[in-house]
Amino acid sequence: MGASLAPVFEPGFFTSPPVLVAVTVGGVVAVVSAVVGTFTVLRGQSFAGHALADVGSAGGSAALLAGVPTLSGFVVFNVLAAAVMELIGLRRPRGRDLATGVVLGASLGLAALFLYEDTVSSNTTGATVNVLFGSVFTLSPGLVPVVVALGAVSVALVVLLYRPLVLSSVSDELAAARGVRVRLVGAGYLLALALAVSLSAVTIGAILSTALLVGPAASALRVASRLATALVVAAATGVGATWLGILVAYDSVDWTGGSGWPVSFCIVATVFLVYAASGLPGRVRRARRPAGPRTVGPVVGSLARPEPDVEPGPPETTGEG
Amino acid sequence: MFAGYLAAGWEVASIVAVVAGVVGFFTVVRGAAFAAHVLPNGAFAGAAGAVLVGASTLLGLGAFAVAGAVAIAVLRRRARSDVASALTVVLMLGLGDLFLSSTSQYASETFSLLFGEVLGVSTGEVLPTAAIGAACVLAVALLYRPLLLSSVAPDVAEARGIGAARMELAFLLVVALVTTMAVPVVGSLLVFSLLIGPPAAACSFAVRPPAAIALSCAIALVTVWASIACSYATNLPVGFFVGALGATAYALGRAPGAWHRRGPHAAARPAAGTGRVPAPAAR
Repeated sequence: MGASLAPVFEPGFFTSPPVLVAVTVGGVVAVVSAVVGTFTVLRGQSFAGHALADVGSAGGSAALLAGVPTLSGFVVFNVLAAAVMELIGLRRPRGRDLATGVVLGASLGLAALFLYEDTVSSNTTGATVNVLFGSVFTLSPGLVPVVVALGAVSVALVVLLYRPLVLSSVSDELAAARGVRVRLVGAGYLLALALAVSLSAVTIGAILSTALLVGPAASALRVASRLATALVVAAATGVGATWLGILVAYDSVDWTGGSGWPVSFCIVATVFLVYAASGLPGRVRRARRPAGPRTVGPVVGSLARPEPDVEPGPPETTGEG
Repeated sequence: MFAGYLAAGWEVASIVAVVAGVVGFFTVVRGAAFAAHVLPNGAFAGAAGAVLVGASTLLGLGAFAVAGAVAIAVLRRRARSDVASALTVVLMLGLGDLFLSSTSQYASETFSLLFGEVLGVSTGEVLPTAAIGAACVLAVALLYRPLLLSSVAPDVAEARGIGAARMELAFLLVVALVTTMAVPVVGSLLVFSLLIGPPAAACSFAVRPPAAIALSCAIALVTVWASIACSYATNLPVGFFVGALGATAYALGRAPGAWHRRGPHAAARPAAGTGRVPAPAAR
């Protein structure tokens, strides 16, 4: 069997320590990102997720400057940024994008400053690349327990908040009427998001971490009909895409004659292809029959933020009328 | 600080500031902050690709920014717009990573593309920047009324025969143009600061759209000029000052509004938005 798989798994894939660390960390991070990301997509907070990731790049570069592990910088800055975004009005959709954008702009400025100092002051010439794009192959084995612990905290938050979170994701007003403390739930969720983004920033780099957060979750919500199913599908998709990306990156060293493709790029590309493919079943189904009330997948999405162009319907009516 | 070799930098930065002020107003009114963030990042991949094949950076920037605009416009018909934007941006950033990792000047090139190098602008870049900037302002002037209407009241615009999808694409293309001219100066990550910070501040001060646009240009100009001066004086990257000043402008703009809402007039004020300029439709 080993011989027949040799073209797929280049020699040394299963025995190389960096690959083992990468596969472990990548798997854990993919699961955490997928679970938290499902709610990110449901709540229409992809921008907040992406903004947190970019804010994290300031944290990562500051950590490099201070000589501490980048993960600690990601976590500190992301949690702080989540708190700031919550304070300056993440709840109103109108003010939300602006508030997010302004926090994002300010922290990107900080990132520019820290990265510049990193490059000038020290021997870490690759600081920019390292923080922004990352490489899962360069992680130290000592990071594994930390990643697992932080991931567990993030998932535990989501599990604890599960029911009120689902309700408030679908409708804030409804949740408030049922006695859910919407603001508290939102803050708890943002904390989980900050942790998840930090972890995925370590894995595929700060500004690419949105891929793991949004990609698998959005794909799963397109195909699954129930939220619980969507969570499982998202986790499986995330892990699959991450591992496939790691494998492709490892093998690509041979295909390209030595330099190889960046592992983060391989993971992102896989995630995007999965998302593109996830649209196909729905298209086929819609072409065959109109969507009934049981196809909750797209329905849940449209409940969260009613937009005319996401209503399930035949493709020809979704264009300009 | 005003030495001859820096003149080009000042000129280009001023042009970028004015155009970003105009286009940024619509970004804020449309609530298109995410798209304004995505396109510059996508353009980063184009510039990286241009470095790889040895083509003109401006060409690479333009091609990828336009491709990103079209991708978002197409994807958002099938999916939620924020998801479409998020996936577009990571894919393009990933491509940029791939392109840059294949060249020899990986780290330094990445930094200058992402965070800009205004003091390194050459005289030859002034003319193309001015031309693209003029095209952007002209496009906005031509589209002014329909664009404003479809930003503020999409339903009314639709009833008048202004297709929301067409307007969205037109707007994204304008942002793509701005991106193309601004990335070499302030960098992909910080074009966004200029497109959001000054206009958001202007919208909380000014009552009417023309006034808001003028104020937005003025704030953007002051931001850019102050940033270059500070950068020159302290030898720190210009992007840091652009980001910090943009956020400061926004905070100053929000402060009076927040004060009023806490005060006795709270009930009399209309729903909190960005000042008196009509708030963007929830999207």
